[in-house]
Amino acid sequence: MSLATHYYEIGRMDELARADSPIHRLDARAQILTVAIFLVVVMSFPRYETFALMPLLLFPCVLLALAGLPTGYLLRKVALAAPFAICVGLCNPLLDRTPIGQIGSFTLIGGWVSFASILLRFLLTVLAALILIACTGIHRLCAGLEQLGLPRILAVQILFLYRYFFVIGAEGARMLRGVAMRSTGDQPPPWRLYATLAGNLLLRSIDRAQRIYRGMLARGFDGEVRLLRPATFGWREALFVAGWSLYFLAVRQGDLALRLGRALE
Amino acid sequence: MHMADALLSPTVGATMWAASMAVTAGCARHLRRRRDDRLVPLMGVLGAFVFTAQMINFAIPGTGSSGHLGGGLLLAILLGPAAAFLVITSVLAIQALFFMDGGLLALGCNIFNLGFLPAFVAYPLLYRPLAGHTCHGGRAALAAVLAAIIGLQLGALSVVLETTCSGISALPYRAMLLLMQPIHLAIGTVEGLATAALVGFLAQARPEALLTIPANTPATPFTRPLRPVLLGLLLAAALLGGLVSWLASVRPDGLEWSIAKLTGHEELPSPANRTHVQAAHLQQQTALLPDYNFPAAPPAPATATPPATATTPATPPPDAPASQTGTSVAGLLGGVLSLALAGLTGLVLQIRTRKKRC
Repeated sequence: MSLATHYYEIGRMDELARADSPIHRLDARAQILTVAIFLVVVMSFPRYETFALMPLLLFPCVLLALAGLPTGYLLRKVALAAPFAICVGLCNPLLDRTPIGQIGSFTLIGGWVSFASILLRFLLTVLAALILIACTGIHRLCAGLEQLGLPRILAVQILFLYRYFFVIGAEGARMLRGVAMRSTGDQPPPWRLYATLAGNLLLRSIDRAQRIYRGMLARGFDGEVRLLRPATFGWREALFVAGWSLYFLAVRQGDLALRLGRALE
Repeated sequence: MHMADALLSPTVGATMWAASMAVTAGCARHLRRRRDDRLVPLMGVLGAFVFTAQMINFAIPGTGSSGHLGGGLLLAILLGPAAAFLVITSVLAIQALFFMDGGLLALGCNIFNLGFLPAFVAYPLLYRPLAGHTCHGGRAALAAVLAAIIGLQLGALSVVLETTCSGISALPYRAMLLLMQPIHLAIGTVEGLATAALVGFLAQARPEALLTIPANTPATPFTRPLRPVLLGLLLAAALLGGLVSWLASVRPDGLEWSIAKLTGHEELPSPANRTHVQAAHLQQQTALLPDYNFPAAPPAPATATPPATATTPATPPPDAPASQTGTSVAGLLGGVLSLALAGLTGLVLQIRTRKKRC
């Protein structure tokens, strides 16, 4: 992905987080806690588990729908990150040749089952993380994390990084435009030029960052993240966390998929 | 080198989270005492800079990880270890949240591999004694390259250990080691050179931006005592030697590696591993879900799978769920049905919310 695409991507996620929906209205803490429990439950399944994981898809599906998020766009983002998981997963069928089932003349080996399991885990975990950021946004997320015990200096650091990312991007774009305007375009600029550019980009960004910070201090910034939406952990939030946790626990310990199948038979 | 969630067991993930959060809390406390006005904007902008630099990344086949410049050493040289650790933590958090680069559960592992090891191992033990008080010149460059290489080697080793301890990927750790270590040797060299170049440039163009150097110490590189340098070299040699001899001693043959793969991780002598065990112990004491079943981490030793070339055994391993056909059919049915139900629920909800909006 190019730098420009990265920019666009970050902006798009911010835009999604500014929407209004029952999920967006929930306190960030409730969402963080639920997603954390979800991740631990997904990861806790043994390596050959595939079908038992499927009921967990209810969580992202319901959240996607209730929050009104663009499903296709988020799935494309998941697919972009998928090559890594597929790479590792593909080693499993080659290395793990334990037969675990027989379908006609075809012997199912453990590797394929664990490959499917890895892909499913990947989809679940990545989707959950995407939904979390698309429903809270960086500011509410940091505020929620801070309320959950993250040191304030780290929360502020994350926000500053986020802010200065755009500063560096703007400075970089300006410098590249300068290079493009001053070069003839018939041969690419030498590599040494890029080293100088990187160093100067850093210097200029440091200067701008310090100016911005002084401006923030002058306007009364004291390290606290203030939000327009009041953050209260009420009964709705408690219900959200408790309800989903119970569901995850039922899927994990009660093997919901197996029971559903038995009931059908 | 960012690890993904899909290959990690919750035990390993939670252990590394606990360890990383403990270090984070310590660093935050340290910085609160340090009160330096230059620090906040510099931390933010350097974090953004490293974040941008890390976007240039390339996949390492077969490991589920990606290689790119880590930036941990650069930050440690510019800001000091505590601030550098927090900056790397923030970079990794944003990457995990916005770009799916490394998972959320794996964040603890990634913070440890890319933050703790360069900032608290490579920087104070290697770079500082080797570079002395200068930030430019051949000696500082050499120190940066050496520290970057060792830091990344330790990080790669730690990735391999964490993946193997999780037991989700079937990749044997010898193969993974042979894949990871040489690649990160190359990446480490590049990272070291880039770090040295940038630090040297900053030290000359903007010396006040380097917070780890007292503002008015004259640069007198040749009057420094030799002892810290020798000590650093000795440490580097010991680390390298330990690493190499450990690599050599893991000479797997057939059954031996498969048993070691499934049971004997705790016995591997390495600094990262000792932290693992200690953190695991700590986690056991403070476990949130004491009786929750986490079977993915250590499978029973009896289920040792033979290497790929051997003939397949007659009995399936006990942790394979599909040994009874009835169970597997019901499981399949239920799984597919729940999939359909989940999708349907989502669809219905979406239609309803859309109607409400119109």
